[in-house]
Amino acid sequence: MDQFLQLTVAGLGTGMIYALAAVGFVIIYKASDVINFAQGDLLLFGTYLIFFSLVQIGLPWTVGVLLTMLVAAGIGVAVERTVLRPLIGEPIISMIMVTIGLSSVLRAVVHAIWGPQPRTFPSFLPEGEVMLGSAVVSADRLVAIPLALALLAGLALFFRRTRSGIAMRAIADDQQAALSMGISIPRVFATAWALAAVTAAIGGIMLGNIVGVTPNVAQIGLRVFPVVILGGLDSIRGAVVGGAIIGLLEFYAGGYIGHGLNLIIPYVVLIIVLMVRPYGLFGKEIIERV
Amino acid sequence: MSSVSALLELNSVEVLYDDVILVLRGLSLEVPEGHIVALLGSNGAGKTTTLKAISGLLKVEDGEVTDGLIRFDGHEIHGLPADRIVRRGIFQVVEGRHVFEHLTVHENLLAGAHTRRDRGGVPDDLKRVYGYFPRLAERKRQWAGYLSGGEQQMLALGRALMARPRLMLLDEPSLGLAPILVQEIFGIIRRINEEEGTTILLVEQNARLALSVADYGYVMESGRVVLEGSAEELGDNEDVREFYLGLSEIGRRSYRDVKHYRRRKRWLS
Repeated sequence: MDQFLQLTVAGLGTGMIYALAAVGFVIIYKASDVINFAQGDLLLFGTYLIFFSLVQIGLPWTVGVLLTMLVAAGIGVAVERTVLRPLIGEPIISMIMVTIGLSSVLRAVVHAIWGPQPRTFPSFLPEGEVMLGSAVVSADRLVAIPLALALLAGLALFFRRTRSGIAMRAIADDQQAALSMGISIPRVFATAWALAAVTAAIGGIMLGNIVGVTPNVAQIGLRVFPVVILGGLDSIRGAVVGGAIIGLLEFYAGGYIGHGLNLIIPYVVLIIVLMVRPYGLFGKEIIERV
Repeated sequence: MSSVSALLELNSVEVLYDDVILVLRGLSLEVPEGHIVALLGSNGAGKTTTLKAISGLLKVEDGEVTDGLIRFDGHEIHGLPADRIVRRGIFQVVEGRHVFEHLTVHENLLAGAHTRRDRGGVPDDLKRVYGYFPRLAERKRQWAGYLSGGEQQMLALGRALMARPRLMLLDEPSLGLAPILVQEIFGIIRRINEEEGTTILLVEQNARLALSVADYGYVMESGRVVLEGSAEELGDNEDVREFYLGLSEIGRRSYRDVKHYRRRKRWLS
């Protein structure tokens, strides 16, 4: 029972970090139908930026986190303006290909600035272990749960209630009609990229705390792709549920069946889910009127 | 028409697609404030292109206004991006409805209000739109993609109302709808004009329908205006009666005559 509780909390915590890391995919996809393969590298920037502001210039962590988010937003806007904007109106597949190139460029920039060697993550998140009843759970995973949930709930509200949120979804549905409403596509895309980059930065901070400040963060960032596929590429709720499912499966498989399997089981489940619901658990169905 | 009170004025407008295809060849027309003006013509005459030239939607299709003047409320608007044109008070309801399928009816209407500065007025306008279209109110939490064709056309008009435009450009609002729905939609178009004072430029294939609500009409062919007049004048015009209304004094002509109609159009001589 202790083991179960322990695995559950750890799995949920990890899952929420995955959800945070993956929700950037959802934001970009919701606004533009583009799958952003540079998402992992945006996470990487988050990790290194927090390292830079806390360790290299020694800011207090609150200021550091804010600065990281701000710079990330700037990177998002810059990427949209220089790389994506010229492609507005071109086929979606071109944009997707460009994000693959973007991924290499971003990674190279991080490499050029901070070098390839792993650094120690600045410890500002709660550390150590917390006793939950008789189960031992690491504090950082525990913190991740409410943090991620609050953030993702905020994002979901943004998409449902705010003018920009509705405009983003409108553009994803029908660009020409959105244009005729007076929705400025470049402005909305820039907002989407800024938002995606900021959430990625937060995800990068949480991930960095677990795996350290290393270029590997980017790979892990891409590994969370199944989370959004499972939940549905355009659903915030899907990212949360997908993250939880994959996090839990990883830990249950690792804890009960054996090490190694924890990396495979989530994908097996993914395949099964997609066979039944090809657009993911909460993805939008394609509406066909006859 | 008198040019003094024209809200919208097009003067010898030329539109080029992909730098080679000349679609509008010196088109001129005027839409006076508070009126409904119909733009008639057969397929490919350039009606939709005219609307897109006005609303700025041409650019995404590689179209370009290469010559002429487009003036709205006394100001030159051609070359402005589409969102700025909407902010000035021109709203195009594009052909084929184009509702946002994965947004609810309610969210579609909010999207229509995207450019509104007075956010406080939006709830009132939502009520107004639901007043015009009670059926939308019943379905406001449903995805727009699941509405019927008629309901989608109502939503497209409702979305336009939410922007509170001074000029509405309507592209084929009757397209693909059952006759009874067409009657309903056109009744509402007239009400919008009367009750909101919205000026309307209406593109229609169905000339009879268009002339039944319009005050004035233009007939287009191959990218220019070939005939204009008040709705009654056009309705009485022999050519319009024959080619667009399908009526003729002599009765039904043989297919052979119809085939050669182009030669006999009086305005082309």
